[in-house]
Amino acid sequence: MATDYEQLRREITWERAERELGYREGEPLNIAEICVDRHVEAGLGDRLALVHEGHGGEIRQFTFRDLQQLTNGWAHFLRGDVCIRPLDRVCLFLDKVPELYIGFLGVLKTGAVVEPLFSAFGDDALVARMADSRAAAIITQRRHLGKVRKARERLPDLKTIIVVDHDEDGKKLREGEADYHMMDHREDHFPVAATYAESPSVLHYTSGTTGAPKGAMHVHGSIVAQYLTSKVVLDIREHDVYWCTADPGWVTGTSYGIIGPWSLGATQVVLDAGFSSDRWYETIEKHAVTVWYTAPTAIRMLMKDGVEPVKRRNLTSLRHMCSVGEPLNPEAVRWGHEAFGLWFHDTFWQTETGSIVVTNLPGMPVKPGSMGRPFPALSATVVEPKTGIPITDVGRVGLIAVKPPWPSLMRTYWNNTATFYGKFLNGWYICGDQASLDAEGYFWFCGRDDDVINTAGHLVGPFEIESALLEHPAVAESAAIGKPDPLNMEVVKAFVALRPGFTASEDLELDIMNFVRKKLSPLAMPQEIEFVEKVPKTRSGKILRRVLKARELGQPIGDVSTMEDD
Amino acid sequence: MKEAILSYIKKEYLDEDEADDMALDENTPLISSGIVDSFSMVSLKRFLEKKYDVKLPDEEATPQAFDTVTSIIALVNKHLAKKGA
Repeated sequence: MATDYEQLRREITWERAERELGYREGEPLNIAEICVDRHVEAGLGDRLALVHEGHGGEIRQFTFRDLQQLTNGWAHFLRGDVCIRPLDRVCLFLDKVPELYIGFLGVLKTGAVVEPLFSAFGDDALVARMADSRAAAIITQRRHLGKVRKARERLPDLKTIIVVDHDEDGKKLREGEADYHMMDHREDHFPVAATYAESPSVLHYTSGTTGAPKGAMHVHGSIVAQYLTSKVVLDIREHDVYWCTADPGWVTGTSYGIIGPWSLGATQVVLDAGFSSDRWYETIEKHAVTVWYTAPTAIRMLMKDGVEPVKRRNLTSLRHMCSVGEPLNPEAVRWGHEAFGLWFHDTFWQTETGSIVVTNLPGMPVKPGSMGRPFPALSATVVEPKTGIPITDVGRVGLIAVKPPWPSLMRTYWNNTATFYGKFLNGWYICGDQASLDAEGYFWFCGRDDDVINTAGHLVGPFEIESALLEHPAVAESAAIGKPDPLNMEVVKAFVALRPGFTASEDLELDIMNFVRKKLSPLAMPQEIEFVEKVPKTRSGKILRRVLKARELGQPIGDVSTMEDD
Repeated sequence: MKEAILSYIKKEYLDEDEADDMALDENTPLISSGIVDSFSMVSLKRFLEKKYDVKLPDEEATPQAFDTVTSIIALVNKHLAKKGA
């Protein structure tokens, strides 16, 4: 097998991807043109690009020609009516409606930067990201308009709010708000902005241990990596029906829920409905899904309902399954094989890497519980945390590191270049996750190297949660950690010291939980709050989350010489 | 019970504008329509347990059991009856 892998490393190269995409260095390159216009020009305009199923079961279908006309419509509107200029930031704050997927590409055709935002974000989460990016416009829908209007008061750079489902009988739009019904705006032509491989394209915010969320800036050239990894790892072929269950508010939903599969001309299925096992199996059966990319938390939720619901359906269309977001535990990999007769192939990457960097490859043995091996077109290893020197000992834990450059590596953190440069050590990009290597070069995940909480595959920053907690009138001090959870890997646990005059109670706990949920998002809501006398801090006032986490896990708390005295 | 749960969902899980816009009743899908997601279910479960002084086992607090106010009431009543028995 090692020979096969070495052969793949020779054959699978970024240059090969560029050739297949018809791209030559220095020529214009635009993600939307490759994902849409190229297929229509190749005579594939009638091929189905998107099959969208709403929560009520209604199905809408779009061909690549539809996508071309509708993305042109978006681009005309944004450039002509909204006066969006190249490099302006345009936010998408939408549920998984067709306008999200098609609008994403429409924005890119104008040369503007698209900034997807998770539609369950609360007021503060929305403002933090939009204020940092100084977004010029936001595309949203009626059900989120109230939240956006509230946020607007704190966003002086926001010029236009675009509502995709405005109803004349409903609330009147205000100054600076515009309605846009996508299906009424088809255009055959639009002069796509002359973007290049290094032109900014997508701005995705991600959480860190300290400070506000950071905007990872990607470029149009990232499509080279998203194309090649979709082809090689997800094994997407042009006649596949592919289902990525991720929301485009997060990077998986754009890199592999829009760009990668459409760069290959595949048909995508989108289900805009909350989770239920039966609905998911029905989706695979009804649309004859062949390739499925999902997440460990979802797989574990499916496991809870057992194999029987799988066996009741005809899911023989499935030929390849992958997983991303957090390590996939061996039990889930084995259960997948028992239920579907196929292995879930775990993949590892992050917002900053833009595409898969470590993975189990199709056709290679899957070791349940392992993240796999480096994607053959790049080099990845584990390094010593202090020196960045690669670790050669089998089984010794270090930091996952990838050798730059590669096409989809973020080009900077927006407004935060210093933190961007801090991500590199000894010539390696440091992912912030710990792992070890086995004798065959497979990666085995060990945990995060920082305090960032990974809940259901989404990273949540403790600082953001602690800041939100402090805004509650009862909270004097706060700390947040990730508590191990069998379903979500981690859930948020908060430690709260109350202000004088407040007493701990179940009512207060629920009130604080909902307070954080509305300010940030349901993912950031503490699922457990422990009321404490005081939060452990260093003498300089830094919260000692590791002490709280060690106590939570029943582990030794380590060196506390810097802890402030009681 | 129906009115209390509906009122709580409107207050806690819908924006003011959204609540005005949406006809929410006891049969409106909550989970499948995205009004309440699996994370928010935790706070809804806490509310129900506190309000009705009942313990709802995690294994029964499924997306299906929480998908409508009608199914939530059935779950709460089942455990109230057990408690009273």
